[in-house]
Amino acid sequence: MIYLNAFIFAGLVCMIGQIILDKTKLTPGHITVLFVIVGAFLDVFNIYDRLVLWAGGGALVPITSFGHMLTHGAIMGYNEQGIMGLFVGAFDLTSAGICATIISAFFMSLIFKPRD
Amino acid sequence: MEKTKYKDLVNKHTPKEDVFYNAIIAFLIGGLMGIIAQGLIDFYSYYLSISTKEATVCMLVTLIFLSCLFTSLGFFDKLVNFAKCGLIVPITGFAHATMSAALEYRKEGMITGIGANMLKISGAVIIFGVVSAWTFSVIRAIVGAI
Repeated sequence: MIYLNAFIFAGLVCMIGQIILDKTKLTPGHITVLFVIVGAFLDVFNIYDRLVLWAGGGALVPITSFGHMLTHGAIMGYNEQGIMGLFVGAFDLTSAGICATIISAFFMSLIFKPRD
Repeated sequence: MEKTKYKDLVNKHTPKEDVFYNAIIAFLIGGLMGIIAQGLIDFYSYYLSISTKEATVCMLVTLIFLSCLFTSLGFFDKLVNFAKCGLIVPITGFAHATMSAALEYRKEGMITGIGANMLKISGAVIIFGVVSAWTFSVIRAIVGAI
C-alpha cells in the first residue's frame, strides 16, 4: 500500500513541476528552488512529517524533502540547544545528501571525460 | 517590423510543447522514482537491519551516486530530456546538475574550474533552502515561545 502512496505522491509532485515548467517561462532551476521553499514551509507545522508517514520514500525522494530536512534539523537543533541550535542543526540531516553529491561529482569528474 | 508582428512570428515558430503528454510522462517517471526510493528503504532496513531513518540516508546516497555515475557515462542527459521534471524534481536532478557542471568546467582546472563552478546550478537550491528553512525555523521558534 505504501508503494502505491509513494507512486502517487512522487508522481504528483513531478507532474506539478512539469506543468509549471511548460506553462510558464521558469527554468528547471526555478522549479527546484520553488519546491525546496515549499518543502521547508510545509515542515513548519509538521505537515510534511505526516506526508512522509503516508507516502514513505515517495515523499523523501523529491527535492521538497531537502527543504523539509533543513527545517526539521533547524527546529530540532533549536529544541535541543536554543538559539545556536538554529545554526548548528540546519545541516544535520541534509549533510549526507550534500556530501554524497559533492564527493561523487568531484571524483567522477576527475575520472570521466565530458561527452555530448 | 512591428513588435506585435514579431511576437506573432516567434509564437508561430516556437515548438509547441505537449503539456498533457509531458505531464503524464513526468507523473509516471516521478512515481517510479518514488517506488524505487521506497523499495531501497525497505531493502536497506531489512537486509542491513537498520532503522528507517538510516535507511533513508542510504537510499539518498545510492540514488545520488547512481545518477552521478549515469551522468558521467553520458546517457542520463537523454533520460532527463525525455522525462523532464520526472527526473529533475527528485534528488537525482540535484545530483545531475552538480555532476554536469563539474564535467563541463573540468577543463578550466581543478580550483577555478571544478571547485568554483560545481555548485553553479545546484548552489541555488542549497542557498535558498538554507535561507528559507532558517527563516521558517525562526518564525516557528517565535510562535512557539509566545
